[in-house]
Amino acid sequence: MTEFDGFRSDTRAWLEANCPAKMRKPIRSEADLCWGGRNWSFQSDAQQRWLEVMAERGWTGPDWPTDYGGGGLSAAEARVLKEEMQRIGARPPLTSFGISMLGPALLKFGTEEQKKHYLPKIARGQIRWCQGYSEPGAGSDLAGLQTKADDAGDHWLVNGQKVWTSYADKADWIFCLVRTSSKSKQGGISFLLFDMTTPGVSTKPILLISGSSPFCETFFDDVKVPKDQIVGEVNKGWDVAKYLLGHEREMIAGMGLGTSGSSVMLGPAARPADPSLRTEIAAFDVDALAFAAMSERFAAMWKAGEVHPASPSMMKYAGTELNKRRNQLAMAAGGSEALEWDSERSRNGATARSWLRSKGNSIEGGTSEIQLNIVAKHILGLPGA
Amino acid sequence: MSLLTDDQKMLKETAANFLAEEGSIAKQLRHWRDINCRDGFGHGLWKQFAELGLNGICIPESHGGMGLGAVEAALVLEEIGRNLTPSPFLGSAVVGASAIQGTKHADRWYPGILSGEAVLAFAVDEGPRHAPEQTALEARRQGNGFVLSGAKQFVVQGGSADMIVTAARTTGSPGERDGLTLFAVPKDAAGLAVDNLSMVDSSKAARLAFDNVALDADAVIGEVDNGWQPLQRALNAGGAGASAELVGVASGASTMTLDYLKQRKQFGKLIGEFQALQHRAAHLYAEIEIARAAAFKAAALLDSGDERAELFVSVAKAKAATAASLAVSEGVQMHGGIGMTDEHDIALFMKREAVLGELFGDVYYHRERVAQLSGY
Ligand SMILES: Cc1cc2nc3c(=O)[nH]c(=O)nc-3n(C[C@H](O)[C@H](O)[C@H](O)COP(=O)(O)OP(=O)(O)OC[C@H]3O[C@@H](n4cnc5c(N)ncnc54)[C@H](O)[C@@H]3O)c2cc1C
Repeated sequence: MTEFDGFRSDTRAWLEANCPAKMRKPIRSEADLCWGGRNWSFQSDAQQRWLEVMAERGWTGPDWPTDYGGGGLSAAEARVLKEEMQRIGARPPLTSFGISMLGPALLKFGTEEQKKHYLPKIARGQIRWCQGYSEPGAGSDLAGLQTKADDAGDHWLVNGQKVWTSYADKADWIFCLVRTSSKSKQGGISFLLFDMTTPGVSTKPILLISGSSPFCETFFDDVKVPKDQIVGEVNKGWDVAKYLLGHEREMIAGMGLGTSGSSVMLGPAARPADPSLRTEIAAFDVDALAFAAMSERFAAMWKAGEVHPASPSMMKYAGTELNKRRNQLAMAAGGSEALEWDSERSRNGATARSWLRSKGNSIEGGTSEIQLNIVAKHILGLPGA
Repeated sequence: MSLLTDDQKMLKETAANFLAEEGSIAKQLRHWRDINCRDGFGHGLWKQFAELGLNGICIPESHGGMGLGAVEAALVLEEIGRNLTPSPFLGSAVVGASAIQGTKHADRWYPGILSGEAVLAFAVDEGPRHAPEQTALEARRQGNGFVLSGAKQFVVQGGSADMIVTAARTTGSPGERDGLTLFAVPKDAAGLAVDNLSMVDSSKAARLAFDNVALDADAVIGEVDNGWQPLQRALNAGGAGASAELVGVASGASTMTLDYLKQRKQFGKLIGEFQALQHRAAHLYAEIEIARAAAFKAAALLDSGDERAELFVSVAKAKAATAASLAVSEGVQMHGGIGMTDEHDIALFMKREAVLGELFGDVYYHRERVAQLSGY
């Protein structure tokens, strides 16, 4: 790694000078994340400053080209940046579906104009996005989607319904899969971008079992979308959709890494009295640390284009099942205290709510079953799969 | 026990019909949860339990009960689990009744349990994990009575109870089985602070703080310093009962999931056509059947006073919790997105499983106990 020593020490010094102390504290809940967007109100000055300095340097999208608001870093440099941020416990300056999902798809499939228009705004956290993929009748069978976009001359006319749309009620824009032809299942899908304030768009929050309402039903009633807001060609949206899903799955797989290190245990004081629970936690740690090694290797190979395009499915499957196990064990270690739902001592049932939320990890972004089907079919080449 | 007698079948049917009708999720669990009820259960339903005679299952005929046992209680508890019915049945009619059995407190409290007017709670745990030997709550002799100081937690329905059976230490130190004494603590005892908490499944459990709570010698249940035995009896009754309720939770979740597999279509097929799901459903079926057998074996051994009863209570509790945990995880997963919504009932089974799994010792506690009782 010697050739990066200079980059590493510069990065270290820069982070030291620019990352506010408050932004080096562990993320305790969803409320500590910075999602950005038109209606965002920063939780603190530190949160705002951290986003601004990082965006200024292009480090909200470290490996995006500098022309589009990115940092222009090589894969290896981006990794050094990540490590250096981890070293000081720096929070991500921006949590954004634009960065983790749409950005990569635009870089690959967008026109030059689209890249210039959307990417810098995403990198600066100015537009918050939501993902309009799933429909009541099209979840695992995503390509069965029925939301229609009719060609109305100078615009698309969109009608239909999406469901489980995370943060649709808070998002500024949506990237949305629509049916532009009924002649072919996958070959009749297009990928549109539009503003959530466009007349005809409405959302209705759905309460989750963890007690919060991050996702919504989203309705489209004669929504007019300008013609140039399509990504990729008409009826070729499935390629864009799948490419984006790869990035989404890679991101979700990161849950396998956890937020507070790999172990369930918070420290030696929490050493469980039951030897069998201790053994179970150790077994988890073995898998978690091995998965962390896999993630490191995967990230390098993925950036270098050396992995099978379906391999994010393997990572997503492993990472989410691991995160569910972590939460299950945190519940066991917490005993009856972790079952308290709204006491102050339990931080408003934080452990239980996180455990319940984790159950969705193996459903969102494509279920575990679908990931395994993809691995069996596309990577292993099994017959009839 | 391997097959039910005619009487047991009748009892099971009575309980099944009653709880499916009156104890349903919509009528009870969601209703009390949505109005944020202080007790987390309905007193009206508790009286209906009484009218059907269910409250007397574990109470001797000499006291006006049915003089039946753990097997019959398990039959009712399985139906309670299947319907997620919140009620004082386990805490009062099974565990509470067992703790005071054969003492003068039975005369005082059995009538109220039988009529569905009294609610009892059971206070053992002092830390986040079940460890009855570690009881430290101090009961100091003073004059003719005792003064209690310390704290309890995870006291199910402790905020609704008229009397709380409390394990305290009269001599010895935490970790020892000798020196424990059970006390009948009235809800309004001076110096007792009750913090009524909502749990993840919307049931209530209290934290209790005992600040020099003075009790008469009459408050002692059984013998001073020899509380371990009645404590064990109550905990075994509770462990077997919770196992049966867990089997019911598992069955209820799996029934709901199987229905969904026969309704939901993706890729032009019912999702139940996918073999990946079929095998898991079949595996789960086997696990639940085995857990049920273990739960009823434990109950039968308790009823016949068999020396292996304690081992089997731990086997049952660990197995039933594992099977139920699998049932609820598979249930949510196989429902996909809708399983994550509050509007759908499937995750209510997951929440209940978490609390029942912890009650009277979790899987890890009981695995450990199986190892110890098996001599390794
Ligand atoms: C927390 C959360 C956030 C989400 N956020 C978004 C979002 O922002 N935008 C968005 O568009 N969607 C979102 N989703 C939706 C998610 O992508 C879908 O829920 C998921 O793809 C599953 O679809 P479904 O819910 O219709 O379940 P179904 O497809 O009906 O699946 C039901 C069950 O059947 C199984 N199954 C289906 N087909 C097969 C098969 N061929 N072989 C074996 N098993 C099969 C599934 O694995 C699952 O267990 C979110 C979901 C969750 C839980």
